[in-house]
Amino acid sequence: MNLSALTLHEASKRLRSRELSSQELTEAVFQRISEAEEKVQSYLTLCKDSALEQAKRADALLKAGANLNPLLGIPIAVKDNFLTLGIKTTCASKILDDFIPPYDATVVKNIRAAGAVITGKTNLDEFAMGSSTENSAFFPTRNPWDATRVPGGSSGGSAAAVAADECIASLGTDTGGSIRQPAACCGIVGLKPTYGRVSRYGIIAFASSMDQVGPLTKNVEDCALVLQAIAGHDPRDSTSADKFVPTYAAALTSDIKALRLGIPKEYFTSGMQPEVANAVRQAISQLAQHGAIVEEISLPHTEYAVAVYYIVATAEASSNLARYDGMRYGYRAPARDLAESYMLSREAGFGTEVKRRIILGTYVLSAGYYDAYYLKAQKVRALIKRDFDEAFKTCDAIITPTAPTTAFKIGEKIQDPLQMYLSDLCTISVNLAGLPALSLPCGFDSQGLPVGIQMIGKHFDESTILNIAYAYEQSTKWHKQKPKL
Amino acid sequence: MPTKYETVIGLEVHAQLLTESKIFCGCSTKFGQAPNQNTCPVCTGFPGVLPVLNKKVVEFAIRAGLATNCEITPTSRLARKNYFYPDLPKGYQISQYEQPICATGYIDIEVNGKSKRIRLTRIHIEEDAGKSIHDVRGDASLVDLNRAGVPLLEIVSEPDIRSAEEAGTFLRILRVILEYLGICNGNMEEGSFRCDANVSVRPEGTEILGTKTELKNLNSFKAVEKALEYEVRRHIDTLAEGEELIQETRLWDPDREVTRSMRNKESAHDYRYFPDPDLLPIIVKDDWVGEIRRSIPELSEARKARFIEQHKLPVYDAELLTSRRDIADYFESALKSHRNSKALSNWIVGDLFRVLKDRRLDEQLYITLWPIPPEALAELVRLIDEGKISGRTAKTIFAEVLDSGRFPNEVVAAKGLEQLSDSASIERAIAQVLTDHPKQVAEYRRGNEKVFGFLVGQVMKATQGKANPQKANEILKRKLTKEN
Repeated sequence: MNLSALTLHEASKRLRSRELSSQELTEAVFQRISEAEEKVQSYLTLCKDSALEQAKRADALLKAGANLNPLLGIPIAVKDNFLTLGIKTTCASKILDDFIPPYDATVVKNIRAAGAVITGKTNLDEFAMGSSTENSAFFPTRNPWDATRVPGGSSGGSAAAVAADECIASLGTDTGGSIRQPAACCGIVGLKPTYGRVSRYGIIAFASSMDQVGPLTKNVEDCALVLQAIAGHDPRDSTSADKFVPTYAAALTSDIKALRLGIPKEYFTSGMQPEVANAVRQAISQLAQHGAIVEEISLPHTEYAVAVYYIVATAEASSNLARYDGMRYGYRAPARDLAESYMLSREAGFGTEVKRRIILGTYVLSAGYYDAYYLKAQKVRALIKRDFDEAFKTCDAIITPTAPTTAFKIGEKIQDPLQMYLSDLCTISVNLAGLPALSLPCGFDSQGLPVGIQMIGKHFDESTILNIAYAYEQSTKWHKQKPKL
Repeated sequence: MPTKYETVIGLEVHAQLLTESKIFCGCSTKFGQAPNQNTCPVCTGFPGVLPVLNKKVVEFAIRAGLATNCEITPTSRLARKNYFYPDLPKGYQISQYEQPICATGYIDIEVNGKSKRIRLTRIHIEEDAGKSIHDVRGDASLVDLNRAGVPLLEIVSEPDIRSAEEAGTFLRILRVILEYLGICNGNMEEGSFRCDANVSVRPEGTEILGTKTELKNLNSFKAVEKALEYEVRRHIDTLAEGEELIQETRLWDPDREVTRSMRNKESAHDYRYFPDPDLLPIIVKDDWVGEIRRSIPELSEARKARFIEQHKLPVYDAELLTSRRDIADYFESALKSHRNSKALSNWIVGDLFRVLKDRRLDEQLYITLWPIPPEALAELVRLIDEGKISGRTAKTIFAEVLDSGRFPNEVVAAKGLEQLSDSASIERAIAQVLTDHPKQVAEYRRGNEKVFGFLVGQVMKATQGKANPQKANEILKRKLTKEN
């Protein structure tokens, strides 16, 4: 087995016992990248030299036995919307083509402090807007299971890199499903923590009230370990919660007896790929065999979630992306005057989907439309939140499919934004409500493409969904299957 | 008969708050630094940055709200005001919109001896933009972001103001209040206290508001008053000619003393305000408001009234002494050492004010290092009151104290400036003067009383100004008559 196929937990154990050095592991990962990258194209920027240096430093610490962090010496890929000091950060946009950040995102700082080795910056849909990574201004990333298909998005690069063993684990962001849906498409584990659990400082903002950072990993245990390293209050992010962070790995007991699992009927719609629904239903009955109590529930406002999301998210995005004006950094088009400079820079710098969302968001905030769109959407958002509050009075977690279909073909939906938006049907409500949710593999369709199951938890209760996922994972082998590249 | 018009004015004041650091980052607010020195990724709008609200800004806003009789909003929100400009790094200004921190207050002003209440609609907090500089380089505009993120209060009045004079009075009182609170230095020329005015006219006795124009670039009290006078006249003249006014924004041109159209209603911005998702609601607890309320000093109007009542000062003196909190504090601490309020007041508003102006100390918001400590000034007045020095000598001593930093008693002792009050010495000096000036003595005795002053002057000269003038007068008069 190639060393790069190790899980974080296994690799960490071997590093600690000094069977393996971080340098060897990092070299193995870059070896794998050199083989797989041509086909997968997960990365926008590779940081081999600095990674090997970090590995060397990690080895010194491992030798001294000084640092006990499980991330020490582990090669981790970071989505290219995290600011990384001195490392080009493009957000997969031409407007930031040459942008080298003057500071590290808090999360990046945290994993550096834990001793992680940063392998590079992964591809995404431009400004994290999309569900296929086809909206990258540079190139699309391919699904390691089938190179003619998308890896999902927007964290498609981070998901594909994990699935193709081009890193040990990765970080992504999730605004409407951007960690969970690509995790499902690529057959790996992806967690979107509770809004406020992880700092957003230094993450290029898309929709500030929903953006959240999370891990993409090879299994549930790894997911708990990475979450541990990034969770916690950050004084630089007013929306990050000053709340106790439990030890997530300690919650992984596999004991889910008498846990009450809600299955919302609205999530099994007619538009869903039957194989996806079947795989998820089968996984649910397996959870019941482990002693969980399964009951059907209703989240009645689910049907409005996509509409609400595309109002709130685009409104916030239209304002968040105003700073890309070519004045202080990023692309500036030659122009005769100020107005032209703004127009030409933004016209050439932003891609179609980003422009579509800026226009949409500007519209819903405009005088005369604000009440009908933005304000109304916020009211419906409150109802969607209330649905979950009600459901969690009788449930410990909610189980749904992660995406209505398995990975679709490159080019299949790119011309039809509405079809593309429906890829996030099952994940969007969670962001509107600020809840934690993860996706993990629960089978394959007839074409050999992975299916993901979503587990949604109560606010700040990542532990419970991690444990349910762990219990399920322990009794299946889905996560051990590897794409043939 | 021509229609008589009533003027309707509402003011919007932007006051820069005197916090050490900016509103959403830790950068310094210090004025006069090299361009873009006081900046960081947050206030220059880099990708990924997030604002963190400076608590001091909220405290200052509450202080201002309490001092102007506002209600403090228990839960207020920060909102984004979206527009593009190179000196606005994020492409939006963080301000407040639907839920300002303070609402519905008032300030009482006095115009022509009558008290009048000007209501305040709201006070809210926001960040300042940077500064665009267009006239340094021919081929480009420059942007200095030192000011970007400096905290501002926006104070909005109801359209209760009825003349340019009232507007000026309102602004002056508001400025003194903010200065007393120690939250704004009130410097209009430097832009730390800025004002926009909404003005319209309507036929007297009618209720419906006329078409308004918004005036900008009012950089001094004089500019506010002149621009408003000009604009009111322009409105009335336009209407008198049967023409219609256009709702627009106009700039005051202080050189030509006219207002010029800047933009009309159609080209007005749609700022697309919405609550800033990066910031939590501002929740203000009652006990914090109580704490801030207790920390508010006695304000100028109350202090003025007390000075008149308690220290028996004329209105004019009380007004000058309470125009600044530091002066009023100075006066009262001097008064503690020597209780002659009127004499102290005279020295302060005369001699001390002149020194403060000369040394440009009056540019400071609150002077802590005085050129002459209040105790020293009190000592000087006491020396006069006790007859130990003459008023004229006191002026010399005052100058000496300024130069040397020594106290008046020390100066008197060191320079032997104590007044001659013993009759023998004065008589000796007078005898000499009379001998030296027989012509003037003769003239006086012939009935020309005018030469008396000359002879007194000679006596003072002979005693180096130390002779107690009262005594010198008495003795001289006695001698001149006796030997008649």
